[in-house]
Order: sequence, then structure tokens, then C-alpha cells
Amino acid sequence: MASSFTRMMSGRNTAVVLASIGASTLASGYLMTDSGVTAQERMKMYPPSADFPDLRKHNNCMAAALTPGIYGRLRDKMTPNNWTLDQCIQTGVDNPGHPFIKTVGMVAGDEESYEVFAELFDPVIKDRHNGYDPRTMKHPTDLDASKITNGTFDDRYVLSSRVRTGRSIRGLSLPPACSRSERREVERVTVMALAGLKGDLAGRYYSLSSMTEQEQQRLIDEHFLFDKPVSPLLTSAGMARDWPDARGIWHNNEKTFLIWVNEEDHTRVISMEKGGNMKRVFERFCKGLKEVERLIQERGWEFMWNERLGYILTCPSNLGTGLRAGVHVRLPNLSKDSRFSKILDNLRLQKRGTGGVDTAATGDTFDISNLDRLGKSEVELVQLVVDGVNYLIECEKRLERGQDIKVPAPLVQFRR
Amino acid sequence: MEFHHIHFTTIVNHHSRALKEKKTLLVCSFVVLKKDFCLFPKENRHTVRTIMPFGNTHNSMKMNYSAEQEYPDLSQHNNHMAKVLTPEMYANLRDKQTPSGFTLDDVIQTGVDNPGHPFIMTVGCVAGDEETYEVFKELLDPVIEDRHGGYKPTDTHKTDLNPDNLQGGDDLDPNYVLSSRVRTGRSVRGFCLPPHCSRGERRGIENLSIEALSSLDGDLKGKYYALRNMTEEEQQQLIDDHFLFDKPVSPLLLASGMGRDWPDARGIWHNESKTFLVWVNEEDHLRVISMQKGGNMKEVFTRFCEGLTKIESLFKDKGHEFMWNEHLGYVLTCPSNLGTGLRGGVHVKLPNVSKHEKFGEILKRLRLQKRGTGGVDTAAVGGVFDISNADRLGFSEVELVQMVVDGVKLLVDMEKRLEAGQSIDDLMPDQK
Repeated sequence: MASSFTRMMSGRNTAVVLASIGASTLASGYLMTDSGVTAQERMKMYPPSADFPDLRKHNNCMAAALTPGIYGRLRDKMTPNNWTLDQCIQTGVDNPGHPFIKTVGMVAGDEESYEVFAELFDPVIKDRHNGYDPRTMKHPTDLDASKITNGTFDDRYVLSSRVRTGRSIRGLSLPPACSRSERREVERVTVMALAGLKGDLAGRYYSLSSMTEQEQQRLIDEHFLFDKPVSPLLTSAGMARDWPDARGIWHNNEKTFLIWVNEEDHTRVISMEKGGNMKRVFERFCKGLKEVERLIQERGWEFMWNERLGYILTCPSNLGTGLRAGVHVRLPNLSKDSRFSKILDNLRLQKRGTGGVDTAATGDTFDISNLDRLGKSEVELVQLVVDGVNYLIECEKRLERGQDIKVPAPLVQFRR
Repeated sequence: MEFHHIHFTTIVNHHSRALKEKKTLLVCSFVVLKKDFCLFPKENRHTVRTIMPFGNTHNSMKMNYSAEQEYPDLSQHNNHMAKVLTPEMYANLRDKQTPSGFTLDDVIQTGVDNPGHPFIMTVGCVAGDEETYEVFKELLDPVIEDRHGGYKPTDTHKTDLNPDNLQGGDDLDPNYVLSSRVRTGRSVRGFCLPPHCSRGERRGIENLSIEALSSLDGDLKGKYYALRNMTEEEQQQLIDDHFLFDKPVSPLLLASGMGRDWPDARGIWHNESKTFLVWVNEEDHLRVISMQKGGNMKEVFTRFCEGLTKIESLFKDKGHEFMWNEHLGYVLTCPSNLGTGLRGGVHVKLPNVSKHEKFGEILKRLRLQKRGTGGVDTAAVGGVFDISNADRLGFSEVELVQMVVDGVKLLVDMEKRLEAGQSIDDLMPDQK
């Protein structure tokens, strides 16, 4: 026997080993007289154990939660749209991850995925969202921006403010699974709704496939343009198929309200402006979202939402509010303080570089935003960012004056 | 031929907004042939899977839209699939699938995602199993005809793996011919191909291959290195020998789904003298390569034929055969590799000939193709070219290698003439 086979035999995960032996034995015993093996026959030849992925080198939420038992029970199920478990987890199988960064490792193909494959999605959601249990807990939605207090920051520290989220159109498959016509339908429904926006929200749509050179350059210069995903996390999930068909960018004339169509989600909604007026950014955000929702409802459409999971998006990490509210803020003294990370942790905030996720900070300017997405409402999360950033600026000012700072007590996780 | 008549009603529920706007009920009736199944079985919610979808194209919602609404935008595209696929053809084929569940959208996804280049015509479609070439004949026959020099749907392909039929080939001048190589691919009947296979199937192929290859002896005795279990030293050795293949990065391959679950069940086998090499589960089930330094193509081809024949009989002993038929020869993932799947070639020094104004014309008449020494899509370095047969289908293995042997012999003679400052006009070949 080849020595690599011997090595397989002594490996830790006997399920994988036995599966491969099993598959081989079954395959060898099946004499092929007719080349047309039906799918049913094929399923008998390959029990779930034969297909169980090898996740020994993997570090993502899916790999941590998936057992042969769960796989066995879910492998042969499908959503009404024929989306399977293997399709949900393909991205997590193909991308083992990094020892320091735990990715999610699975996506939904449609709204029903979260139901049909709940046995796997629920523990993944719990892992990713700090113990949020979709079986027993409810997610609050609150888009009343008037509730925000102290929502204006000191412009000497905060350079810009931004809130983003995503929305999916109920009844149409999500980007990993959608057909070309479904994707075009998302574009049609969204663009039609956006054309109904008025006043400071009035704007224009730029389709990726029919953009002119000048339009493209302008959108790049303004940091609005998104390009075909290159991250294998996204491409393995099938979101880049048929690029750039039915993809585009809409923004209002004032360039403070922006919508991405058919990138990682049906729509990504962004409100932003220079300076520290987070309250106004959030007001525009809520107003815009409510207007778009009203406009699609007039035509018989609605957003994917339910009480357990809030707004339904492609990646489980974006469930609930799908909201990331953040600022670009200068913190030259605080960032050098050894307590910086702890302060952020306790405030449930996250720092990123000014290029966004997976970038490093340039100089002393950081992107500071909320860590959580699910289990707290939009208003709660934005208030949390407002209070947190105000606290950080206070610390910065104190350190400037040579005064000492305090690490705040950790915030409560979920309201029971 | 058995018929399964499936009659079902798709009731608009609140999940199907597109139709709700039009307020209609869909009643569909499909007549199903034994080998083709209707895409959308009767059960709707939380249905037990009866097909094996590994692409993302088993989406039943798409059938609520017209073929015209689904038809891909191929306006920027330059590949064989885009040339051939009309909206009518798309409409005819879009609800079909092979017994294992491979659909038209699966076949063409790589061609849709990769528009190609104005100068380089790629194929733009792949097969997910043997039946793909039957079920999607309407698309693949014209693609094959276009790619393989007019090969008709009624033509038959000759297989000849008898090295005794090769004339000469043992005396290519080693001062010019640095190395000789022959490669092909083989698919194991009854398993889905790399774009579509499940992990279980892929592992099945690997196990069968390991068993078969471990029975080889004599000059062919060798060892298997699974990509997943390789040690650092083994990996470095294989890289130094130019044997190691890595996860495909080409978007042409990735878009078709061949990179899934990497490196599960992928590996490399080679014999002790490093002259016979097999890749398992890369772009095809098996890629078989025979190679050595110098110009003894006869020896390379003899080892190639003997090795392939032995491997085939070892598979047969276990109840498996290779995918093959009279019309398409050996069946592989990419339509460009049908027939022999054979690329026989040499690395040869042609600094003078390559600068001759008629170099391209000579190669064309000899039915040869030039590449750089890094393989496909690389440039020649130092006047050394990779010269190989341009054809795959419609000629037998012996015929193709004969063309390479005769053609390279001629090119070397031309090179010597030009070195000596003499003309090569009288050596110009006729179109083969």
C-alpha cells in the first residue's frame, strides 16, 4: 500500500479515513455496465460519511460547529429553492482560515437556509454573536433616530461619520444562489424604488456594466466604486458569478447616501459625511431606509426580516441589524496607551485601519465602530458608538492635559 | 426508453413576488425521459434531495423567469461557448440536466464569468460528467466542431496506443532537443468530473488510483504523495523536479468549480526514475505524463503507452473503465482535450528558425504549436521553444506523436541550415 495511505490510517479523524475506505469499497463493488448512474443510486453509494469534509486544519465557526451527526442529518435536505448544506459550507471548506482570525465559514443561499439548516446555523450564530440563541431570544429593531443623544462629536478629533447596513428582498435568492434573472430582478426592484426618492435623497444609479470611463474614474476617486470580489472567502461562495451583470451603485446628489446593488448582499446601504455629526448621519440612514422600504412595499415587495434573526443577510455575521456605525477619529495619545484595547473591548467597540476591514491604521487615525450586530437594536448600537467615541475623545483630551484615564466597566451583553 | 410523466402545480406563495405582481398560477407539465430529469421535483418545502447539486445553479426560482430573462450577457465575450450559444439554444437546454444533476448553467458558468481576450479564444464550457456531452449535444457539438478543426457530430475517432506503429522518433538530435514529453488525461467512468464531483467521489477516485498505481512494477514502480499529507521536504523535492501542481489560480478553472475542497483527495504519483508521473484530481481525474531529457521521443511514447495500458487494465480488474466512446474518444473535463487528450512535445533550441518570417506558417502546416518553456501562456526563453501537436481529436495518438517527431526533425534540419547560412526554401513542408 502506498505510504500515504498508511498515514491516512493513523490520522486522528477516523471518520474521514473510514469514509474514504467506505467510498472506495462501495465504488469498487459497483460494476458499471450503464454509464448513466442515477442520482438516487449515487446517493446510496455515498453515505454522508463519505462526503464529510476534512476540517482538521480549519479555524472558522462552521468547522467548530459541524459534526458528522449534523452533516448526516442535513446533507440530503434542500430549501424550496434546491439550495443544499454543501453549498452553504463550501466557502468554509475551501478557506481553512487563520489561527488568529476566526471567520464564519458559511453563507445562506436564501431566507429558508436559516430554517432548513438551523441545526448548523444556530450554533454558528451563537458562536459569532456572543451567545445569542435564535431559538429562545428575540432581536429588537428600532430605527427611530430621534432617540440618539449627544450624537455630535468634536470635529477636531472625528474626521468622518458613517453608518452602513444591508437589506435583502424577500422572495429572491441571495447572492450565492441567485440566478441571473433573480439578480436582475433585485436590480430592477431596487433601482425603481430609489428613483422615487426625493429632496436631499434624490440621486442616480450607475450600472457597473454600462458605466462610462469618466463615471468610473469619478466613483473610484470618491471611494464609492466596488469591484469584483477577489477574496476567496467571497468567490468560493459563488457571489461573483456573472460579474458585472446586474451590479451597480446608486448615490444621492449630495453624495451622503449610497447603495451598492448585488455585491455581497442584495443591497448595502451607506450613510456618511465628513465631520462628527453622527446623529444626522443616522437620521438620514433611517429616513432613507424607511423611504426605500415604503417604495418597495407599494409594489408588493418587502425586506427579509423575522423576529428571531432580525434582517436576513447572506453572511450570518451580518444578521440582526447588519449595522456597522463608525467614525474615523484621531487618537494620537490614547492609541499609544497600553489600556487602549481593553477600553475598546469593554465599550464593545472595534478598531480597524482607515481602509476598512483587514487594513492597518495610518498615523493616529482609526476607524472605530460597534462590534455587535445581533441582539441589540440599531438605536442601541448607534448610541453605544456615540457614547463610546465620546468617552474615547474624553480620554484623549485628558491624556493631552496630562491627566489620567479610567478603563470603563464592561457593557452588558443582552437584555434578558 | 421509459417515460416518467410528472405533472405538478407550483402555487405562488409569498416567496414568489415576481409572479404575485402578475397574480398568476403556474401549472407545469413535464414529460421526462429516462436520462434527463425534470429540474424541479414535486415536493417543495424541506424536500429530500433527489439530485446532487454542487454548483449553484439548481435554483428553481429561475424557472419562474423566461429564458430571455435568464440568458447571460455575452456581448463582451470571446470564447467558443459565447459564439455558439444563442437565446434559442439556451431556451431549449436550460431545463435539462444530466442524471447526476449537471445543468446548462453549470456547463457555461466559466465562460460567462471569463469573457476572454480578443486574441485568445478559450472554450468557455466544461463537462460535469460523461453524460454532459450527450444531454447538451446541441451546444457542445458546434463547440467541438469549432475547436477541433471541423470535427463533425458523425465523425469517429481512432485510438492507437501501439508504440510500434511510430516510425523513428528515437534519434532527435539532443544538441537541439533538450527534453521530450507526452501527456494525456483519463476519466474514470461512473464518477462525476472535477467541476461537479462530490468529496466522496473525489476520494473514491483517489483511492482507486492509489490502488492501481501501487501495483505498477519494474521501471514504473513508484510512490504517491497526497497534497494534504506532504512533508516539507517532499514538497520541496517535488517543486524542484517541476512535478508539484498547486491549487489552480486561473479564474477559468476556479469558475468551473474544480478548486472546491482543495487539497482534499489531490495528489501526485511518480515512478522512481521520475519519468512517469500521474496527477490525481487536478483538472481531470487523472493526468498521465511521460517525460525524459533528450530527444528519444520513441522511448517516452513507449513508456507512455505501456504505462497507460497497464493502468487501464488495473482499473478494469477492479470493475472500472475509462470514459471513452467511438465518437469523442477519451472523455475529459474540457472539450479541448477530447479524443486523445494528448499533447506530445519537446523543448527544442530554435533561435534561428524562430526568427524566420515563415516560422508561424511552417508550424501551421506541420500542425504544430509553439509555447514558452513554462508551458501554456508563457514566453520562450533563450530561443528554446516548447513545440507540440496542435490537434487532440480526429487523429490517433500514434498519428499525433508522428507529426511531432517528423515536424521537429524538420525544424532541427532547418535550424542547422540557417546556422550554416543556407536557405530553407526547399524544405518548406506541405499542409498536413
